[in-house]
Amino acid sequence: MTDAALTTAQSAKARARSESEARLKRRYRAEARFVFYGRAAIVLALAFLVLLLGRIGLQGYSTFTDYRVSLPVQVSADRVDMADLAGSNFNLMVAESALALLGETDDPYGEASGEMMAILSADLGFQVLDRLREDPALVGQTITVQGPMKANASLYYKGQISRDTEVGGRLLSDRQLDWLDELRERDLVSGGFNWTFLTRSDSTEPEQAGVWGAVVGSAMMLFVTAMLAAPIGVLAATYLEEFAPKNRWTDIIEVNINNLAAVPSIIYGLLGLAVFINWLAVPRSSPLLGGLVLALMALPTIIIATRSALRAVPPSIREAALAVGASRTQTVFHHVLPLAMPGMMTGVILSLAHALGETAPLLMIGMVSFVPGVPETLTSAATVLPVQIFIWENASERAFHERTAAAIIVLLVFMVLMNLVAVLVRRRFERRW
Amino acid sequence: MNEHIVKAYEDELNMLTAECARMGGLTEAAVADALEAVVRRDQQMADSVVARDERLDVLQADIERKEIRMIALRQPLANDLRRTVAAMKIANNLERVGDLAKNIAKRTIVIIDSDPMVPLTRSIERMGRLVVTRLKEVLDAYTASDLERAMSVWSRDDEVDEHYNSLFRELLTYMMGDPRTITACAHLLFVAKNLERIGDHATNIAEIIHYEITGDEAIATARPKTDALQRP
Amino acid sequence: MTPMSNLGASLQMTAQRDDALASAGTSRAAAGKVSASEVSVFYGEKQALFDVSLDMPDRMVTALIGPSGCGKSTFLRCINRMNDTIPGARVEGKIVIDGEDVNDRKVDPVLLRARVGMVFQKPNPFPKSIFENVAYGPRIHGFADNKSELADIVESSLKRAGLWKEVADRLQAPGTSLSGGQQQRLVIARAIAVSPEVILMDEPCSALDPIATAKIEELIDDLRSQYCIVIVTHSMAQAARVSQRTAFFHMGAVVEAGATDEIFTNPRDTRTQDYITGRFG
Repeated sequence: MTDAALTTAQSAKARARSESEARLKRRYRAEARFVFYGRAAIVLALAFLVLLLGRIGLQGYSTFTDYRVSLPVQVSADRVDMADLAGSNFNLMVAESALALLGETDDPYGEASGEMMAILSADLGFQVLDRLREDPALVGQTITVQGPMKANASLYYKGQISRDTEVGGRLLSDRQLDWLDELRERDLVSGGFNWTFLTRSDSTEPEQAGVWGAVVGSAMMLFVTAMLAAPIGVLAATYLEEFAPKNRWTDIIEVNINNLAAVPSIIYGLLGLAVFINWLAVPRSSPLLGGLVLALMALPTIIIATRSALRAVPPSIREAALAVGASRTQTVFHHVLPLAMPGMMTGVILSLAHALGETAPLLMIGMVSFVPGVPETLTSAATVLPVQIFIWENASERAFHERTAAAIIVLLVFMVLMNLVAVLVRRRFERRW
Repeated sequence: MNEHIVKAYEDELNMLTAECARMGGLTEAAVADALEAVVRRDQQMADSVVARDERLDVLQADIERKEIRMIALRQPLANDLRRTVAAMKIANNLERVGDLAKNIAKRTIVIIDSDPMVPLTRSIERMGRLVVTRLKEVLDAYTASDLERAMSVWSRDDEVDEHYNSLFRELLTYMMGDPRTITACAHLLFVAKNLERIGDHATNIAEIIHYEITGDEAIATARPKTDALQRP
Repeated sequence: MTPMSNLGASLQMTAQRDDALASAGTSRAAAGKVSASEVSVFYGEKQALFDVSLDMPDRMVTALIGPSGCGKSTFLRCINRMNDTIPGARVEGKIVIDGEDVNDRKVDPVLLRARVGMVFQKPNPFPKSIFENVAYGPRIHGFADNKSELADIVESSLKRAGLWKEVADRLQAPGTSLSGGQQQRLVIARAIAVSPEVILMDEPCSALDPIATAKIEELIDDLRSQYCIVIVTHSMAQAARVSQRTAFFHMGAVVEAGATDEIFTNPRDTRTQDYITGRFG
């Protein structure tokens, strides 16, 4: 071989090496790009999450504090008609006492007392009424009642209504603001955790409205859903996966179950309306009805999740059980189901969590009504958290808007708790060794 | 026969057989040369046979080593196993044949010192030729995997025995006639005995070939045995 | 000549013994503990086995060898009707265990599988305790009346599987915490616990290291005195070590069956020869 040939061979080799190096670099760059895109996507998703939670949190957190006033009320005998106790105007009595406390007197047209009533909750009047019912001897004495401020007053204390706003543009007059300042200076007003919001049900007065009724309603509805959807879904999936013959019919059923999982939830509401209310006459707006509809909606998801959990159980376990002479049922119930349990439970809990947040089908079956009490039975009228949020969002009072955000926070906490349970259940059952 | 999937295995097996055949060629030459040395009273040739025996020993050891390696690494089965075992056994037989040829060559030195005994030498030569032919034929049969040829050698086992028996009687007659020839005759008797044993080894090899090809070991006992000691 | 004749004689003796063994297996169908005649298996349209006839004698290990997809596992699964669990599988022909056709309508596959134990390629203990693994079979078949009887069955099964010494002090430990070889012996103990007559093994050592394999092979040799064992293996050496009879499957048919040493030293069929010597076939 000549030197020239040698050098061409060498240069060809060098060229090949530099080409392969370039290719290698390109490959690493492509990988780096992909990693960057992935991270960017995650950062974006996290940013949206933070934005969402932050907004809700900022809007809703103030709901969890409220201001309560304690007032001595002069129960003058001439104002109380013992024969018709509830007919007496206790609110006016409270307002006048408050005015008296602040050293003012009502004007003949009752404007001052009217403005005072607009910053003190009607709850104070009801408390006076209740006390008198218990002990009529209190008439003529001075009793101290403690109760919430009207929502607008609370908003002023929280700084959401400012004196700087034009009088026409704000909900409180200068006089009312003066009184509020005065009350606060005299230490008659105290701020604290808003238990009312967590322990009361819906009300037309924002300061008295709470989510407890909706929480109980949601829990009852979820109970119905879980009791129906979980066993039916798990058993149906088990039958389809382990026992049903694989033929055209089971294929059709499988396709349909998959399709049902994708059906818009409002359709289930229509179905509930037609079948459960019109045909089976289930009481409308009840947790039972909501539970039935949501169970229908959750079934396909539970079936799909359970089937994939069953499919994830290694066939060797089935063979092992069959080979020692276990019947098919024994194989499934002794070995396959326990192994599929974590996956199944996760699927069930997640689809229940999904059902918990569902609003659309419930609107169709009349759960969108104003329900001031806590539901006592499965058939009594109830509201649920997402619907409560929907109702409050539509309300006109400004104080309801912060309650909307607060209710969302409660709903989210509820969901986080359910997810936590899902994780714990998974841990508990996942003794796969 | 199909090739082995593992090419190296195929090559090793073939090499083993080839080496065995090569050793066969060398052995055959050693026997022929030893016979030549006795017949022609050729001291030089005798020395060369003695010298070449070492090479046979080395070859045999080499084949055995490869054999063990093969069994350890390849685990031959069925016909491969038979082929491997056959190669080892044949190498053993050939090594013995080589020793016998060396023994014949060594006796040449004594035989050369005595007076030539022409008729006896001719008988030895005839017997030797027969033995060499049998050895050659059986080795050819091995190389060609020719069962028929191997069996024809095996079935003609008596011929050598008959030669040996007559040579034995001839030698006895000689020794009784002239006691001075006893030393040379005794050595010639050993040469004859050695040739007879070489013949037996050829028969053994035929049997090994039979086993290698058919897998049937039963033939070892089927052969009609004739022994010089039984018919003096 | 002498060393060779000795060797030849001993080989011949072996051959005679094997002939006796082999003829015990082939002389009459009833001589086999398990006897298959003209068994064909179809998976839908595809035929996987073609008229397989084979006798598997009692107190012997029968090895089924052959290339992948030759139908040996399919055949094995016919014996305890595990093919029933595969949709679309159809079995024709007769498999007789002690004179009883396993495909007979009167034979319940669940009870059949108690009589015919099976060990799989991958050790598949239940994800339960060692004790539970072995106790499961006897429990579902109602072999034990009380807890101590059950414990006795578990102990004796583990002892026969050669695992007792290793696990006696941790019966409540999970079965999956054992090593691969121990798991496989646990699975064998589980099969033994339901007192089978036949034990089928589908490549029981293919996932194990040589030491664990040797222990299983030793165990198989031990168990041979009490059971009819049928083993599918890809390792020719293993078939040679553990079995007394070997059947070579090729393309869904039995090409050759006979005494193991016969098959491995002098197979009659060239396909068998090509397969066991590792040639293109």
